[in-house]
Amino acid sequence: MAKKRLRALRHRHLIGLEDYSREEIGLILDTADSFKEVIRRPIRKVPALRGKNVVNLFFESSTRTRLSFELAEKQLSADTLNFASTGSSVSKGESLSDTARNIEAMQVDCVVVRHGAAGAPLFLSQCLSSAVVINAGDGAHEHPTQGLLDLLTMQDALGRLEGLKVALIGDIAHSRVARSNIWGLRKMGAEVVVCGPPTLIPVDIEEMGVEVCYRIGDALRDADVVYALRIQLERQQEAFFPSQREYTRLFGIDPERLELAKPEAIVMHPGPINRGVELDSRVADSGRSVILDQVTNGVAVRMAVLYLLNGGGERDAA
Amino acid sequence: MRPDGPDTIGGAAGATGLVVVCNGRIVDPASGRDEPGDLWMRDGRIVDRPADDEARGAAVIDAVGMLVLPGLVDLHAHLCEPGYEYRETLESGALAAAAGGVTAVACMPDTDPVIDDAPTVKFVRERAAGAAARIHPIAAVTAGRRGERLTEAGELAEAGAVALSDASRTIRNPAILRRALEYGRMFDLPILVHCEDPALSAGGHMHEGSHASRLGLKGIPSIAEETVVARDLMLAEWTGGRIHVTHASTAVTVDLIRSAKQRGVRVTADASPHHLVLTDESLSTYETHLKVNPPLRSKADVEALRAGLADGTIDAVASDHTPRSVDEKNTEFQQALPGATGLETMLAVVFTELVRPGVLTLGDAVKALSTSPAGILGIEGGSLASGGSADLLLFDPDGTWTVDTASFRSRSNNSPFTGRTLEGCVSMTIVDGRVSYRRDAPESP
Repeated sequence: MAKKRLRALRHRHLIGLEDYSREEIGLILDTADSFKEVIRRPIRKVPALRGKNVVNLFFESSTRTRLSFELAEKQLSADTLNFASTGSSVSKGESLSDTARNIEAMQVDCVVVRHGAAGAPLFLSQCLSSAVVINAGDGAHEHPTQGLLDLLTMQDALGRLEGLKVALIGDIAHSRVARSNIWGLRKMGAEVVVCGPPTLIPVDIEEMGVEVCYRIGDALRDADVVYALRIQLERQQEAFFPSQREYTRLFGIDPERLELAKPEAIVMHPGPINRGVELDSRVADSGRSVILDQVTNGVAVRMAVLYLLNGGGERDAA
Repeated sequence: MRPDGPDTIGGAAGATGLVVVCNGRIVDPASGRDEPGDLWMRDGRIVDRPADDEARGAAVIDAVGMLVLPGLVDLHAHLCEPGYEYRETLESGALAAAAGGVTAVACMPDTDPVIDDAPTVKFVRERAAGAAARIHPIAAVTAGRRGERLTEAGELAEAGAVALSDASRTIRNPAILRRALEYGRMFDLPILVHCEDPALSAGGHMHEGSHASRLGLKGIPSIAEETVVARDLMLAEWTGGRIHVTHASTAVTVDLIRSAKQRGVRVTADASPHHLVLTDESLSTYETHLKVNPPLRSKADVEALRAGLADGTIDAVASDHTPRSVDEKNTEFQQALPGATGLETMLAVVFTELVRPGVLTLGDAVKALSTSPAGILGIEGGSLASGGSADLLLFDPDGTWTVDTASFRSRSNNSPFTGRTLEGCVSMTIVDGRVSYRRDAPESP
């Protein structure tokens, strides 16, 4: 028997997909689907968040996530404010708890926060008594809206999530995208294989319900989704791998390797791509790539999250 | 600085100077005593029961239902003075100690200036004279804790330093530690080592394991501690010097110490209450009060530490009391400074978590908290034998309390046990025959 459908989220904030149930994720994906229709209209605006204000608090540089959120907010008719601080040293500026107090004093309804420190959005949510917090990426912890847009993209392309074999390739250790995908995919019934050099696979990641392998062939074989993560080239200096050349030789995804995956397999990447490093351009630009669909779906998913957390849905539904 | 003057026990003590703690259960592992009885004191010393005539004039402290224990000796606390008085002072640290039943505290030299010369040792001793607990300074092994030049251990020992340690800094150059151990053989001062290879722990915020992986925090691997423990034990064995591994946190560390002891290496060790009770799993919400160094480890490590304590591999429990201000803790986890206060909770945590469940006998717990650390530091205390100093506490094993830092004597509130209900509470602490802490009587209906 199908579980009763949710009409509203049970959580007040979106800190990570780890906390969200399968039903809540399903509700967000369904809601995003209907917002996709809005995005296709000639006038892409609905009044859902009229009179609400949203602050985009970006303590770490970001282009696409910030633009995507801002677009989502504007299309929902929210009033938006942007704060960007590229200064990485928090000690130079105001403490995060003081920032939170200021936000509270300004009667802000919703805060979208990107921060270099894992746990910062949770900390912020604990400091705020009324504003809604949406995590737009915290350190190597979670990037839940990225995870959700990835789920939506997979579901659109392959018609389902249950039973899919998803291969996440690359730097899992430093990736919040990987963690949010793992939680989301596991909850939706997909299988996840992570693959990369052992230095970039977090200790005991198997406890999150994934399989670990070090050979790209094993990861790609019969995969429905080939998800390449961005490799930070500065990891080379930290001795996580000896050279970019060797990384590409062992883990780069080219058309020959992609042959190992299922014929209908899709290729994904959270962007920005290091072309010729983790992803061969022939793959990135092929018909199997859904990388730009991910970007489009990002706006719809963020509209859904903003809508559902700011009073959308029927919270009191029996 | 003493909260209660010498006459607190009652003006009656004035006449003969005699005080008797009566009807308690006296537990003194040093003399193998565990029996109901009375304990007599005069002029700051424990004395034999005097003749009846004299005894009649004694002031009486009723200890019915109480355990009468030798005062606890903490061999690792950061009291932050001089230099970091906003976190703790010698006075507030001593008050916190007394509230936890601790009558003697060895304080770490990571102050500003560093306790690395005789005048600074004397400054600490003078500042702490008359405080609510005895304060024994630990001096640095190297000048400025820079790991380069040895401090003048001979003069430091004369000035009253009870041990040497570069506190939370590992002595990176093994040749320096070798010389310190060799040179130190003249003075019998233990060298307390914090074992952490900074290259292996760099950038880490919690124990490296599945929980760090899940939280997206860089881990501090167990081997960052263990490689240094192994090195330091080998150096101690080679030199014949005395080493004390403080805040042991991993199972392999316990094994390394156990086998070193079997080989006759002059090594002792302690573990902190939080490492004996809490695991990395408890960090699930980036709780900064649980950020400590070394980090809270796995369940298997906790089990190994407990086994090590029970079989004597780990000699002592030490608080590693590390006060931090609200601003240093109320921030992003990566930004928060590591450290936890512990003086006021140490005994009740050990009692609740180790004695009550049968991990340790009460006698072994008292030994680990009092007798052994006094022996390691070579200071008086840790015993209730006649002739010894009257440093003791009354512990109510049936009292329960909830940890609320608002009522703490410490200037800082970073307790990892906040909100926990603990069994057993310190009812009174006596230092040098004088009451230095008395628990407020519960309000009668």
